[in-house]
Amino acid sequence: MKILVCISHVPDTTSKINFTDGDTKFDTNGVQFVINPNDEFGLTRAMWFKEKQGATVHVVNVGGPETEPTLRKALAIGADEAIRVNTPATDGYSVAKQLANVVKDGGYDLIIGGRESIDYNGGMVPGMVAKMIDANFVNTCISLEIEGDSATAIREIDGGKETISTKLPLVVGGQKGLVEESDLRIPNMRGIMQARSKPLSVKEPVDANAKTSTKAFEKPAPKGAVKLVDNVDELVNLLHNEAKVI
Amino acid sequence: MSVLVYTESENGSFKKIAHEAVAYAKGIADTMGTNVTAVSVNGGDASELGKFGASKVLEVSNEKLKNFNAEAYADVLAQAAKAEGANVVVLTSSANSKFMAPLVAVNLDAGYVPNVTELPSSTAPFTVKHSVFTNKAFSNTEINTEVKVIGLGKNAYGVKENETSVTTEAFSPSLSDDDFSTEVVSVDKATDKVTIADAEIVVSAGRGMKGPENWGMIEELAETLGAATACSKPVSDMGWRPHSEHVGQTGKPVASNLYIAIGISGAIQHLAGINASKTKVVINNDPEAPFFKAADYGIVGDAFEVVPQLVEKLKEFKAQNN
Repeated sequence: MKILVCISHVPDTTSKINFTDGDTKFDTNGVQFVINPNDEFGLTRAMWFKEKQGATVHVVNVGGPETEPTLRKALAIGADEAIRVNTPATDGYSVAKQLANVVKDGGYDLIIGGRESIDYNGGMVPGMVAKMIDANFVNTCISLEIEGDSATAIREIDGGKETISTKLPLVVGGQKGLVEESDLRIPNMRGIMQARSKPLSVKEPVDANAKTSTKAFEKPAPKGAVKLVDNVDELVNLLHNEAKVI
Repeated sequence: MSVLVYTESENGSFKKIAHEAVAYAKGIADTMGTNVTAVSVNGGDASELGKFGASKVLEVSNEKLKNFNAEAYADVLAQAAKAEGANVVVLTSSANSKFMAPLVAVNLDAGYVPNVTELPSSTAPFTVKHSVFTNKAFSNTEINTEVKVIGLGKNAYGVKENETSVTTEAFSPSLSDDDFSTEVVSVDKATDKVTIADAEIVVSAGRGMKGPENWGMIEELAETLGAATACSKPVSDMGWRPHSEHVGQTGKPVASNLYIAIGISGAIQHLAGINASKTKVVINNDPEAPFFKAADYGIVGDAFEVVPQLVEKLKEFKAQNN
């Protein structure tokens, strides 16, 4: 089985979000970039398929050279090869188009992405890739087993979960649950050393016009100070008469 | 030309988000001088959607579509959009909407923007505001395709009534076996509990509760308010509560009318996840907890004393106001 894990290169969850160039660009100054957490759960599950079922695992990112350390980290965690599609990630559609091309060229059976990236929260790339390559698709996936070309997945739905039976080729939008937080791997020295010599190929992009473009970012209006109360009577009174939420 | 809206239903009745989505679609249709067509798959009473602004309801009644199936549902919606010549297709932020929207967008060669927080600021060019960086910011994004797919953010617009005379029409999509290559084998859903996605009030608790055995009072508070229960990341990581309750940047976003945080310090990732909630209340014994900076109302106190008092007071309040 050939697995492709799509890695989004995103600001660490503790990052302060600021913008530059008249609020049209994300300010990367002082920001630490990481593997998108939802993708990392998928990557770790892919490692399980590699170790238990002999799968080959490639990772891919669409972005400039600045995203390579993130791909190297994925290699240090255990992926066999990395691919970087050499074009800025402009919108979900154009990224999906680049990934679909990588999938076609590489003949992958299973493509794992994250439910959403924690920066733009688009949540559209895995589904779009699936539609473009005519593969099956399971979103918000919290459990995945593969046997031959059959897949059993559990999907989180609003207020519960459902079990889905389907076939490869399959695209998955993964999240926590695919593996547990405690299963995530911190690259060790050996992994980091090995990652340096693993192949990281740069692939030139195909034509893909973005369908959406950001005109301006804005930050939420500053919040007023908290109103501290010292008893529950007053709290209930405020929630009822002032906030009108109960 | 029209605005098409997907109206989600469960067991033959429309969900509240379906009403909200129709109301939002009506808002767009009014600015564009057109009408709203709703698509209902094995849904409820179509006349109900007229109340929120639908002029026409395409009713799809098909036993094969009894369970949600993203590929088949996306196909239904895309076919309906083509049949109606729709320029805008509105979905929501439900798990099902987010599952099918990217498929619909590719099918219609449309630009898709999710988590939209208000009506378009302009319809030519078509520009919408949507939350990004898990509610830490917004982006004003232009969609440059002829057909636009919009995912309305949770609880972003409100259920606004707009009585419109409505007609219904049976719609029979052509579906093939390819549409059913993923099959739902079983569904596991608690039917007696309010879900975080649907809840108007969410009661959330963190490590300050000291252990899973102390959640009784949290559940009682939630029950008193008709609220859903949620928790912080450490609590789900330690297995005190299920992952499905984890709220925050890597968990679920919450956009309820009221969010009550008990014994949660307020890590930046947690605050991002709940930022879209309208009124936030914090109960914490540490006055320095960062949550106090993000909240509207706060009580500095021991949860083990405050929560039972709050439950008592709310029961009294409910008894008087019902």
